[in-house]
Amino acid sequence: MNILIEHGRIVDPASGLDLDRADLYVVDGRIAAVGAAPAGFVAEQTIDAAGCVVCPGLIDLGARLNSIEAELAAAVAGGVTSVVVPPDADPPLDEPELADRLVHRAKEIRKARVLPLGALTLGLQGERLSELAGLKKAGCVAFSQAKVPVVDTEALLRALEYAASFDFPVFLHPQDHWLSRNGIAHDGEVSARLGLAGIPVAAETIAIATIVQLVRDTGCRVHLTRLSSAAGVDLAKAAMAEGLPVSFDIGVHHLLLTENDIGFFDTHARFLPPLRTRNDRAALSAAAAQGFAAVCSDHTPVGADDKLVPFGEAKPGATGLEVLLPLTLKWAEQESLPLAAALARITCAPAAIIGLDRGTLAVGAAADICIFDPQAEWTLTPESLRSRGKNSPWLGYPMRGQVRRTLVDGRLVF
Amino acid sequence: MHNPQLNANGELTHLLSTEGLPRAIMTQILDTAASFMEVSAREVKKVPLLRGKSVFNLFFENSTRTRTTFEIAAKRLSADVINLDIGRSSTAKGETLLDTIDNLCAMHANLFVVRHASSGAPYLIAEHLRRIGRDDIHVVNAGDGRHAHPTQGLLDMYTIRHYKQDFSNLRVAIVGDILHSRVARSDIHALTTLGVPEVRAIGPETLLPKHLDKLGVHVFHDMAEGLRDCDVVIMLRLQNERMNGALLPSAGEYFRHYGLTPQKLALAKPDAIVMHPGPMNRGVEIHSAVADGPQAVILPQVTFGIAVRMAVMSIVAGN
Repeated sequence: MNILIEHGRIVDPASGLDLDRADLYVVDGRIAAVGAAPAGFVAEQTIDAAGCVVCPGLIDLGARLNSIEAELAAAVAGGVTSVVVPPDADPPLDEPELADRLVHRAKEIRKARVLPLGALTLGLQGERLSELAGLKKAGCVAFSQAKVPVVDTEALLRALEYAASFDFPVFLHPQDHWLSRNGIAHDGEVSARLGLAGIPVAAETIAIATIVQLVRDTGCRVHLTRLSSAAGVDLAKAAMAEGLPVSFDIGVHHLLLTENDIGFFDTHARFLPPLRTRNDRAALSAAAAQGFAAVCSDHTPVGADDKLVPFGEAKPGATGLEVLLPLTLKWAEQESLPLAAALARITCAPAAIIGLDRGTLAVGAAADICIFDPQAEWTLTPESLRSRGKNSPWLGYPMRGQVRRTLVDGRLVF
Repeated sequence: MHNPQLNANGELTHLLSTEGLPRAIMTQILDTAASFMEVSAREVKKVPLLRGKSVFNLFFENSTRTRTTFEIAAKRLSADVINLDIGRSSTAKGETLLDTIDNLCAMHANLFVVRHASSGAPYLIAEHLRRIGRDDIHVVNAGDGRHAHPTQGLLDMYTIRHYKQDFSNLRVAIVGDILHSRVARSDIHALTTLGVPEVRAIGPETLLPKHLDKLGVHVFHDMAEGLRDCDVVIMLRLQNERMNGALLPSAGEYFRHYGLTPQKLALAKPDAIVMHPGPMNRGVEIHSAVADGPQAVILPQVTFGIAVRMAVMSIVAGN
């Protein structure tokens, strides 16, 4: 199938390409040319992208798919073409057959590509190793404990040693079990005022310090997920500066919100890790803006009943797949960041972290493409979301930037 | 930020917290309570202000004492009082908090008095009532988690005003487990709103929330230093489950350092008053000689509490 995407602003952060009113040619699921048509190209389908940005499809480093069909439809509606799925499903993704089934189911649905994270330990219990090589063969791109801390440091050491033997990357959510188990909100001014049990920053820094030391000892490649604090960012950056194989990401909500957004117990502002202070938000934002971190949606669909309860009983998390792009654009505007720099955080940066040869519009690359109108304004309402997760602190707020078309492997999926 | 306690005219429609409660409304509550003190002294202790109205005491967490004071207050206002000790029974049956509220709305409730173990539960109820268009139903927070116990905070203010007349020249110390105390939070916001120039918090670091200074409070770990020249000493109850463990080594060590004895009280001003929200742990946070001594105003607090709760209910349901 030959597809012509014409008159768009073509932005490819990976190559630095930024062309106004240009054409992009897709042949047989791959990007064939940008600018001038390749020899003998005859378009079978033409997409008018005038007024729109044409960029690589978004790669989301963390999205839960409670209901796979709805969530993958939500993904492509949000311009997301590859979704990294943490293993904290029910049951946890700790057996090759489960991973295999998930990948196959996603292929049948023919929307976004699913890249599962296998459970590092059986049942995410932090005790016995899962069959990592088997999970890898079934399509897992890395291994993870989702947001379940490994209590036993020896078990974590062994897991990283084992993963390092096969050069498997591991995603770890840095959160000390003991310091976070009873906590509800950032241990700070807002939790003091509202009488909410606190999760101190030390829950994150202690975990990072432990993980970094184990990386130093094992050589295992570790990606730290969802950092929430300035001190955590400093530790992660120091490990990277030391040359350790460490990377990290930030949930998009943490780039924009702080503990103050809890207001009077707004359960939509309950996150794990918790929203922290203005200083923390500024440090996270700077780390992303300077290119140290990838940005992801941390998509967590939560049913309405699980948010219509007192703050401490509410499930943490927000819907994210369909707001990743507009919130990233909002962040870029707020920080006066060039469009390409912002898009890099959700395209080529996450691709590099998982070693995926996508997230670029380079000639020859797979045609995973997102076409969005950067000026289109819309209001976030439950009805506007395809995801089953209607939980968002942005309900009722205006969003700018709306996806018009999404292609996966040159196939129009939205 | 939208203040869920006030209606569009800026009048009190729910009492959820002393935080964000305008000084004028606080003063109105205290003045109204003063007028009700006379009612309680009468032979027939009733006024008809809430005649025909239904007050539902919704206690998701048990507290006979607080529930009783609300019940007495509502009955003195001639309201019909329905006590529901919900405890864990309805949640065990799978009913959510808001399902329970919807059911009670259908029974023509006018006022909910809510006690809940989770911080913020009364806000959830008030917000739900707004969403379903039941602005005619009011919520009074009778204690939510560690967050707030505003009627206790206000009765403490009533007590202080009764004995000290003026807030503007006072030094007030709150002693003990402030981290887990909704009373402490309500007292702190009320004291700062009413213009008390110096509010002190005294306790070991394990029982103090971080960033108390941001609430306008001076922190002391040494009780002797903290009590010096205070006009008011508010003692907090130490829950049994906090006495031996990671927060404190023992009740005995706690009493030695933070228990209020006559010797320590002598460091405060000679006319300092001693308050306690009850129930007291004698020999843990307070020595009997102080609890029963001339400076203690713990029983008058209870009496004032009825008048303050009458004032709050008559004001919210009257607006």
